[in-house]
Amino acid sequence: MSDTAHATQDERIPPAHPPVTDWLHDFDHTDPRWTENPFPIWDEIRSASPVVHTGRFLGCYLPTTYEAVKQIAHDTEHFSSRRVVVRDERPEIQRNAAPPITSDPPEHKPAKQLLLPPFTPDAMKKLEPRVRAICNELIDEFFADGHCDAAARYTKHIPTRAICHMLGIPEKDGDLFVNWIHMILELGIKNEEMLKQAVGEMTDYFAAHIEARKRRPTDDLISTLMNAKDRNGQPLEDSHVLGSLRLLLIAGIDTTWSAIGASLWHLARTPADRDRLVREPQLVPTAVEELLRAYSPVTMAREVMKETTVAGCPMKPGNMVLLSFPAANRDPSVFPDADRVVIDRKSNPHAAFGLGIHRCVGSNLARMEMTVALQEWLKRIPDFRLDPEGSVAWSEGTVRGPRQLPILFG
Amino acid sequence: MSGKLRVHVDQDKCQGHARCKQLAPELFDLDEYGNAHERGDGTVPAGLEDKAWLAKSNCPEIAIEVIEE
Repeated sequence: MSDTAHATQDERIPPAHPPVTDWLHDFDHTDPRWTENPFPIWDEIRSASPVVHTGRFLGCYLPTTYEAVKQIAHDTEHFSSRRVVVRDERPEIQRNAAPPITSDPPEHKPAKQLLLPPFTPDAMKKLEPRVRAICNELIDEFFADGHCDAAARYTKHIPTRAICHMLGIPEKDGDLFVNWIHMILELGIKNEEMLKQAVGEMTDYFAAHIEARKRRPTDDLISTLMNAKDRNGQPLEDSHVLGSLRLLLIAGIDTTWSAIGASLWHLARTPADRDRLVREPQLVPTAVEELLRAYSPVTMAREVMKETTVAGCPMKPGNMVLLSFPAANRDPSVFPDADRVVIDRKSNPHAAFGLGIHRCVGSNLARMEMTVALQEWLKRIPDFRLDPEGSVAWSEGTVRGPRQLPILFG
Repeated sequence: MSGKLRVHVDQDKCQGHARCKQLAPELFDLDEYGNAHERGDGTVPAGLEDKAWLAKSNCPEIAIEVIEE
């Protein structure tokens, strides 16, 4: 395997991340300018070339056009999903890392089908009243203050509590999860030990919940997975159940936290859109799609397995691909006025939830949470703005959203 | 009358984004996995033509055909 060609961590000096001076040949998605405002960077790259390469991260390509992103997302022959985050290290592949997001055909389909029924739009309708209640409980806690950090007090807790509710674990454990996810998705890009520690703690946490359900079965998503059969009719291995639980937690929290936060950030700065949604709450689902397009939180990754060519760029095995659905969604050849938020945009085939077989399993959950979170916020807090005394902080890495969002209202 | 429309979802392309079901619930249904198919034989009732085109133009997988009969 190509992995063994890489020196172990002890023998290697951690790579430096000097400031980028050439985005076309040396891009770095952890550069602070990318974190703060990636859109002009993607525009610069896209107008020069549909696919560029960096030597950082042991070699990585970046497609920025919708067509190139779509081609790679649909091509499971040349591109593997076994590593879904572009990081400094390429440690050994773990079996059942987080199926189905880390699965390739033919294992992918049966692993995904287990998870689809609990996440259909109809299933989400049953969860919706609880999510509405969560939103109002959160607003009650800061409403009298006239200000809040919406990222810390509102947007973070909605997906966390909702996924806890679905998994059948205490909503109060949410803070543990947020910390693990920060260690895995942000600090883990450059710190292998941090990532291992978080994955280990998360595995122990869920192993205890699985053991408890072996003694006393419950009616929740953990039990659903434990009772599921693989394509040979056998119960799933514990490592598969644990991997899928890791996925639901990691993929289900800071993604939607980011999407709701970016939406509130946009509305806080755009009174015309805010007032229109207050007047026309039935437009919120359409606006949610546009906010998902313009501020798509999730960038995925692929690993090149076989040599191929995408948009004229030869792609060689051993390199990663930073699969930027957010950049694809800003491609002006597909979306007129791509850099403008048009909250009633009619034609909007955005790729915020991915394209092809890895379409986000939680997309219906995310949409419902975003719609409910915006509707309930706008009902209670129709007039709000960014606090000029505070500052907005965006997450680093491959899930982008506000982690600090100071808002004034009333 | 002429210009009658029919919709069809290509099952090999549909990945369950469910945009069509959200935009045109009169024309599309989802199965237990959340993948879409046209309702009945896909005939678009008079007055819902715009919804058929809207569903097509929002499908990220280009899985929806609108057939003019």
